Amino acid sequence: MSAIASNTDGASCAVPQAASSRHMNPYLAGFGIGVMLLLAFLIMGRGLGATAAFGSLVAWASGLISPEWTAANPALKGYFADPPAANWTLYLMVGAFVGALVSALLARRVHWRIERGPQLSVNGRLALAFGGGAVSAMGAKLALGCTSGQALTGGAQLNVGSWVFMLAVFAGAYLLAYFVRKEWR
Amino acid sequence: MDATLPLYFFEVISDAQGLLVALGLGFGFGWFLERAGFGSSCRLCAQFYLYDMTVLKVMFTAIVTAAVGLWVFSAAGLLDLSGVYLTPTSLGAQLAGGLMLGAGFIIGGYCPGTSVAASASGSGDGMVFLLGFAAGLAIYAVALPGLELWAKANSVGTLTLPQLWHLPYGAVVLALVIAAGLAFAGAEWSERKFAYLKPAAPNSR
Repeated sequence: MSAIASNTDGASCAVPQAASSRHMNPYLAGFGIGVMLLLAFLIMGRGLGATAAFGSLVAWASGLISPEWTAANPALKGYFADPPAANWTLYLMVGAFVGALVSALLARRVHWRIERGPQLSVNGRLALAFGGGAVSAMGAKLALGCTSGQALTGGAQLNVGSWVFMLAVFAGAYLLAYFVRKEWR
Repeated sequence: MDATLPLYFFEVISDAQGLLVALGLGFGFGWFLERAGFGSSCRLCAQFYLYDMTVLKVMFTAIVTAAVGLWVFSAAGLLDLSGVYLTPTSLGAQLAGGLMLGAGFIIGGYCPGTSVAASASGSGDGMVFLLGFAAGLAIYAVALPGLELWAKANSVGTLTLPQLWHLPYGAVVLALVIAAGLAFAGAEWSERKFAYLKPAAPNSR
């Protein structure tokens, strides 16, 4: 149980071997995700996604304040056309939450934690998580999709814009990695 | 044989049934993300320090699996590819958006889908990433609506690599399989070469 202890004291980026070896073989996990993606294509005629789930919730909240403004906003009106209860991607994300929860429960990986390198404070890590999330959202909106909706889905469809997006994601992260290394190491 | 796939496109299943399909596929998606270790920002970000290439291996295997499947089903005449939604290409927007998402990934520790898997297993940083993601969507809608219009105005419509290169669909799928094989070999090499960069575990000597 030393893995869990080290996670709660914040140095979880140095996970002992015993904990990481409980993960599935990456090629097998990738095959599993690929099968889910293929089934989405074959059954629904669309791929996986995540951004639209949160877009739907933000548009719903915005609509509580001003339905007129929300229905006219270029970034929200697409989500606002239907309520969250009819948003396909939101159902996908609810399913993903439950699937990840069941997987983590069975692997005894459910525990409260703030993951970060040993040199970063909890508040510092949470501020970076919030800021990174906000930058990601703007990138995903601009690119018309995120790692799921663009990289995975469009990548498998041999979509030109998706491959440009995917290479840019890796380039952006590798370029910045050196400057934020203290966050993770 | 006439194509009957995608089922939703040919109105074999209803909107409501489609939402149930989303719950089921989402369960599998979240399950495999968590199984791969993608509920952990440390493990995800290790990709960018060269000693753990799990992100690349999982993503490329998923892409190759679905790409080969799409090609097989359409070549067999079972799937009408025109019934599968394709996101329009808008090169400048997807280049800039990709760089921003990559920056958000290494700073925040996740992408949207993986932060859901992380939150499910109790990650506070995953939950805060999601809050930041929602805030970012709201900021974008309030402050940057012009960007959305710019991205759509610069769209060149739907464009695939086989169309761009004037190659048969199957040939590009084959090239993708070969490229993935080379990427996997490179990933395994990188993990051996840079194993010394892996942070030492504090309580496991």
